[in-house]
Amino acid sequence: MKIEVKDAPGQLVASLKPISEAGGNVIAVIHEWDPTLRPKTRIVHVVLDLPDDRIDGLVESLTSKGVSILRMGEERLLMKRSVIMIGHLMHTDISDTVDRIDCTGFAEVVEMHMTMPGIAQRSSALLTISATNRAHMETAMEILRSVAKQKELLLVEPMEESI
Amino acid sequence: MKVAILGLGSVGRGVISVLARKDLGIVVTGIADSRSGVMDPAGIDLAAVLTRKAETGRCGEPDILGEDIVKNGDYDVLVEVTPTDIVTGEPALTSIRTALSRGKHVVTSNKGPLALQYTELMRLAEENGVHMRYEATVCGAIPIIQTLQHGLAGNKVHAVYGVLNGTCNYILTRMADEGLTYDQALAEAREMGYAEADPTSDVKGIDTALKLVILANTIWKNGVTLGDVDCTGIDLLTAEALTLAESQNCTIRLIGEVVPERDLLRVSPCILPKKHPLVVRDTLNAVTVVTDMAGAITQVGKGAGSVETASAVIGDLLFIRDCHVRGD
Repeated sequence: MKIEVKDAPGQLVASLKPISEAGGNVIAVIHEWDPTLRPKTRIVHVVLDLPDDRIDGLVESLTSKGVSILRMGEERLLMKRSVIMIGHLMHTDISDTVDRIDCTGFAEVVEMHMTMPGIAQRSSALLTISATNRAHMETAMEILRSVAKQKELLLVEPMEESI
Repeated sequence: MKVAILGLGSVGRGVISVLARKDLGIVVTGIADSRSGVMDPAGIDLAAVLTRKAETGRCGEPDILGEDIVKNGDYDVLVEVTPTDIVTGEPALTSIRTALSRGKHVVTSNKGPLALQYTELMRLAEENGVHMRYEATVCGAIPIIQTLQHGLAGNKVHAVYGVLNGTCNYILTRMADEGLTYDQALAEAREMGYAEADPTSDVKGIDTALKLVILANTIWKNGVTLGDVDCTGIDLLTAEALTLAESQNCTIRLIGEVVPERDLLRVSPCILPKKHPLVVRDTLNAVTVVTDMAGAITQVGKGAGSVETASAVIGDLLFIRDCHVRGD
C-alpha cells in the first residue's frame, strides 16, 4: 500500500504499528522524499502480508491515526490455478461459465485460451483462475466442477499433492 | 515347494518359462489352461508344456480341468493367472476360495477376485493359516505391495498417487509428442500390442480403479470396492488439450489417487508439470506413496509384459517359500 504520513519525528513508526497490531508482516518499506509534495507530508510505500479478513480493520486503524491511504490492494488475488475444459464450450455459453467464477467476488478467470478445431467438434480451453486464498480457490473449483457436470464438459485439473 | 498354475496366457507362459530356465527349487505339479490340463506329482516337464501349448493351443489333456487340479492336486501354492472378470471374478474367485479352504497358499495376478472380495479372501487365508499374495495385480513388475506391507511397515500412509495403466500412458505420451488425436493414438497402441481389441477397461479408467481398490484395501483394509471410485477416463481428451497443457510446460496423465484424509478415491486425467516424477513415458507405470516417516517414495517400472509380470509372481512365490514352506 501507499500511505501518506506527517513529516514529523516518530510518525513513520506510529503508522507502521497498526500493521503489526493487525497481525501483518511488513516485507518492505520505501520512504521517498518528493519536493513537489505538499509540505510536512511524506509518501511511504509499504509492502505487507496480511490475511484478507483483517484488511478492513487495518484500514480503520490507520485512518483513525490520521494516516491517509493513497492506494492499496493491487495483489489481492494471490493464488493462480490453470485448468483445461473440453467439450462444446461455445454452445454451453462460455461467458456464463466464466461469470459463475467471476461473480463470486473472491475468484476470477484471468486468462483463457481456446481452440476450436471445427464446427460441431469439441473445443478445448485453458482457463487460469485467480483467487484470494486456498479456501476460495477450492470453492471456485467446486463451482467449476458442478458447471462442468451440468454442461457435460470434461474438466482436467492439476494434480494436487495435498500432503 | 510344489505349485499348481491356472492360466496359460501371457503371464502364465512367462511364469512357466522363468521356472523352466531358473533353478528356483519350485516343482510344478499341475497346469491348466481354459481347455485342458496336466498333473504330475513328481513334477511336470515345463519346456514340453510350452511347446505343446504353442503347437496345439492346449497344455495337456482335455479331460483334466483346472477345477480338478485346484480340488485334488498335490501342491503348496496355487498360482492363479487367468484373465480378469470384473463383474463376477470367476472362475478365479472359486478357485482361490477352494485352494485357501484346503490350506493352500495362493499367488494371483487376477484383479477381479481381489477388487470384489478383498476382505473375505484375506479372512479366509488367515483362518487357514496361509498366504494370499497378489503383487502382480498392481503395476506389473513394481514391487508396490511388498513396499507397502513390508518395506514401509510401521509408517502411516497418507496417500498413494500413480500412473497405473500403461495403455493410457502410451496413448497420452503419443498425443503429446506427435499431436495425434485420441483415435489415432489408440489405433497405434493397438498396432503395437499395447491395447486390447476392446480397450474400454483401460481407457475408461476401470483398470486403474481396480488397482486403486486393491491398494486402498492393502493399506487401510477399508473394504472399498469399484463402485466407491470416482472414475473418469482419457477417451474424451483432445489433442488440443495436450497442446494447451504443453503451453504451461505441463502435460496430462491418467492419475489414480487414494487420500483417505480427504475422502478421495479417484481416477481422472490430471495436469502435471513435465518434470513431475509421475510423468513417465510410453507404457511405464509410476507410483508415489506418501507416509509419515519415510515421506514420499516414488517407484517407476514396467506395468505389464509377460516376464515383467512373472517377476512379481515369482517374487510372491519365493516370499512364501522363504517364510513358510522351506523345510517341509
